[in-house]
Amino acid sequence: MSEALRELALPSGWELVVGLEVHVELSTASKLFCCCANRFGDEPNTNVCPVCLGLPGSLPVVNATAVNFAMRLGRALGCAVKGAVFARKNYFYPDMPKDYQISQYDQPTNINGSIELPDGYCVGIERAHIEEDTGKTVHIGGGGRIHDADYALIDYNRAGVPLVEIVSRPDIRSAEQARSYVRELRGVLLATAVSDARMEEGSMRVDANVSVRPAGSDELRTRCEIKNLSSLRSLGRAIVYEAQRHVSLWENDDQPRQETRHWDEAKSRTTPGRSKEDADDYRYFQDPDLVPLAPDAADVAAIDASLPRLPADRRTALVAACGAAGHVISPEDAALLVERIQDDLVAGALQAGADPAVTVTRVVNDLAVDNWSKVTAAGLASLVAMVSSNQVTSTQAKQLLEAMVESGEPPEKIAESLGFEAMTGDDLQAVVTEIIASNADTWQRYLDGDETERKKLTGFFTGQVMRATKGQADGAAVNRLLSERAKFFVARS
Amino acid sequence: MNASSLVAEVRSGQRTARQVLEEHLARIASQDIELGAFNLVLTDEARSQADAVDAAIASGEPAGPLAGVPVALKDNLCTRGIPTTCSSRMLQHWRPPYDATVVQRLRAAGAVIVGKTNLDEFAMGSSTENSAFGPTRNPHDLSRVPGGSSGGSAAAVAAGFSPLALGSDTGGSIRQPAALCGVVGLKPTYGRVSRYGLVAFASSLDQIGPIAANVTDAATCFEVISGHDPRDSTSLESAAESVTAGLQHGVEGLRVGLLAELCGESVRVKQAGLQSVGLSGIAPDVISQLDQAADVLEAAGATVSVVSVPSVVLGLSAYYLIAPAEASSNLARYDGVRYGLRVDAANAAEMNIESRTAGFGAEVKRRIMLGTYALSAGYYDAYYGKALRVRTLMLREFTNAYADVDLLLCPTTPTTAFELGAKTADPLLMYLNDVCTIPSNLTGHPAVSVPFGVGDDGLPVGVQLMGPALSEPVLLRTAAVLEDAAAAAQAAL
Repeated sequence: MSEALRELALPSGWELVVGLEVHVELSTASKLFCCCANRFGDEPNTNVCPVCLGLPGSLPVVNATAVNFAMRLGRALGCAVKGAVFARKNYFYPDMPKDYQISQYDQPTNINGSIELPDGYCVGIERAHIEEDTGKTVHIGGGGRIHDADYALIDYNRAGVPLVEIVSRPDIRSAEQARSYVRELRGVLLATAVSDARMEEGSMRVDANVSVRPAGSDELRTRCEIKNLSSLRSLGRAIVYEAQRHVSLWENDDQPRQETRHWDEAKSRTTPGRSKEDADDYRYFQDPDLVPLAPDAADVAAIDASLPRLPADRRTALVAACGAAGHVISPEDAALLVERIQDDLVAGALQAGADPAVTVTRVVNDLAVDNWSKVTAAGLASLVAMVSSNQVTSTQAKQLLEAMVESGEPPEKIAESLGFEAMTGDDLQAVVTEIIASNADTWQRYLDGDETERKKLTGFFTGQVMRATKGQADGAAVNRLLSERAKFFVARS
Repeated sequence: MNASSLVAEVRSGQRTARQVLEEHLARIASQDIELGAFNLVLTDEARSQADAVDAAIASGEPAGPLAGVPVALKDNLCTRGIPTTCSSRMLQHWRPPYDATVVQRLRAAGAVIVGKTNLDEFAMGSSTENSAFGPTRNPHDLSRVPGGSSGGSAAAVAAGFSPLALGSDTGGSIRQPAALCGVVGLKPTYGRVSRYGLVAFASSLDQIGPIAANVTDAATCFEVISGHDPRDSTSLESAAESVTAGLQHGVEGLRVGLLAELCGESVRVKQAGLQSVGLSGIAPDVISQLDQAADVLEAAGATVSVVSVPSVVLGLSAYYLIAPAEASSNLARYDGVRYGLRVDAANAAEMNIESRTAGFGAEVKRRIMLGTYALSAGYYDAYYGKALRVRTLMLREFTNAYADVDLLLCPTTPTTAFELGAKTADPLLMYLNDVCTIPSNLTGHPAVSVPFGVGDDGLPVGVQLMGPALSEPVLLRTAAVLEDAAAAAQAAL
């Protein structure tokens, strides 16, 4: 059970109600309404032009790829893709070049979808609409806080970067579910390749609408919107904190105010921001500079035809592949492998005859890296075979996998170059003889046992030999020696 | 001298573009002190442009359709590196880093940009008295206004400072000053001329068009500046039918409708019993010219009937909600952060307020307030929403009317040019100047104002021809008939 869940001690009789608003930057080459590069980390104000700076007289022209990405995401979330209208959301902020944000309001591109979590729970998606990102303000002096700053610098490279805002229904009932939802959404984003979905770089940003209600009720009580959630850990902790705050207010005949609150990671609490009363009136209206988007059925059909397998489907397929190979993979491992998009790699290795349990363990434990593209299913299968046959120890397997990530060379070749030479011949015979001698009872059980028993005990003896040789023994050779020795004993008796 | 004769002379080498330019510069230098048509005269740039045209012709390169023609630009059209002020303190020192599409097209056609003309601040006004840099005067009577907001452009053409000028028309800002200054002004179909580089007032209504001393020049200029532009999403794709080719084809068989709502005192409208349907306040001397114009068209082979479009009477109210609403959003970007006037203050929000307070004049502030109110939560449906419904209704009624007639005839303005200061104290009185021109902006349809005789005060009267979308060829050849008749009448005097 996660830290978040353990902390969540909502008194009995209360139920948590959470809806999430997730902003994701689409990984298009250019911005939403101009040709400037959409790239994170460049020198400030180098990817700007009259359009994304909102200079007088400039006009937006919508990026067709961004719209396509948004529709792809919508379809992957099971949404209906609709004719849509861009609207202006009017409010003043220095990092917003036009002092209005082009967004979608009452006619968004995607509506009514859902996300299925690994445990089978379904969270509804109300809408997933397209909008432009703002620039980034850096406050200088005063410890970087807005109110004490001496001045501010603005980088407009991010202004006009395409975003999709995915708004869930208030279906989430625990902090863990909220985290699971975000992980699952991230999986869909990566699978559809519409965003790199990096929370730490801000290409995926999560706001949580939190409220509580008496368990079993279907009312929706006053919610607070929590911002500044820069990690899954913050998300879980903030929801727990806020829910407990609400419960204690309600239980003391008080009630929360509808407001925006900020998560303070250092102090582990939410602090009030703007209240609803002094919130901006955004004065939405249709942007007269842009024409409505009218996707036709053929566009949607083409997207549907090109959609990749989604995490939920991939998990099902991975569970099936492991099952067929005689292994029951845990839901956590399946979810993790799919999240890392390593399920096909695992399935490929199983296809090549690799032991399923060993394969899953090795990949789960040793392949938690971003770029493992050089590791092939065949290479992984070879590695697993080396492990299964005890040619290499798990420590060595980990080293081999690291080297495979780097070079993509076959594991046998790497093992050789690293000096992971298997011990064979007379030296090995001597070790085997010694192990048999010092485990006489077990050896007798081996001799008396049926095939299943022998297989099991082969593992034991191989392990012993490996330990004695510090993993240098050739597992296949050990097997061969054991069965030859057994024939000899049986023949003698 | 008109533009087409100038082009012929420059092409044939009879005169150089430089000589033509110098004549116009001399006239500007001696007379514009009185008129105040120009915010900026581009002496040096224009000379090098004219020399380039001459060099091209000397080296045998094909001369453009406006080769060597001095053109004045309303100072809300972006010119690369050249101040584009919108006659506002806010943009007094702003130099755009790019040319408007129309400016590029003019240059490519061989036109010589002679200067930037005065306007009502951000094109908001009907007399050019709302300029932060002082008013422009009417060349026919220096005590009178030239109309607005393209008053500088209309006055420049009327004074012979340049045979051609560009204006922008949001509610009549090309046609009304053209009428008051006795020149031709065309508001094209919305989308036929790219708005890229036109500093926005009300994006769904704004359209750039030519102001010229005669119909032929207006047509030539329109052909140069119109056509699809990928940088303007509202730009029309349709290939333009030639406007100049059919200019002399006359009006034989054309069905002309006298618009009852704007011509209540017309003899024909009275005969039709429709004098009470319309708006009062159209001066008798203007109506008298209009009746003569109808006679001229009938004599030239057109049929003239009386047509009622009831929603015309709602146009002014709808316009003064829609235009300010869009303006309130379009002008938000002038916040002192990136360009334009900045008044320093304690924090960003106060700096916004101080900068806008100092940078905008009274009329601009009034419209921002009106528009902000019309879009506000709780008022949107009653004001902006209702205005949009009027707009839809008006489009339907005009479309129906064009099933029976090819074009509509009505005054351009209720009166001839009025005295400076006569209406500045009463904004509503000033707004009434636009009552005849606003319908075409709301429908997006084209309209042209052509000089036709004079009023009781001896000042020019303009009559307006309105037609369905893309009807510029019909409008202009009808205007040519009226122009010829007016010239003949003048010659007879």
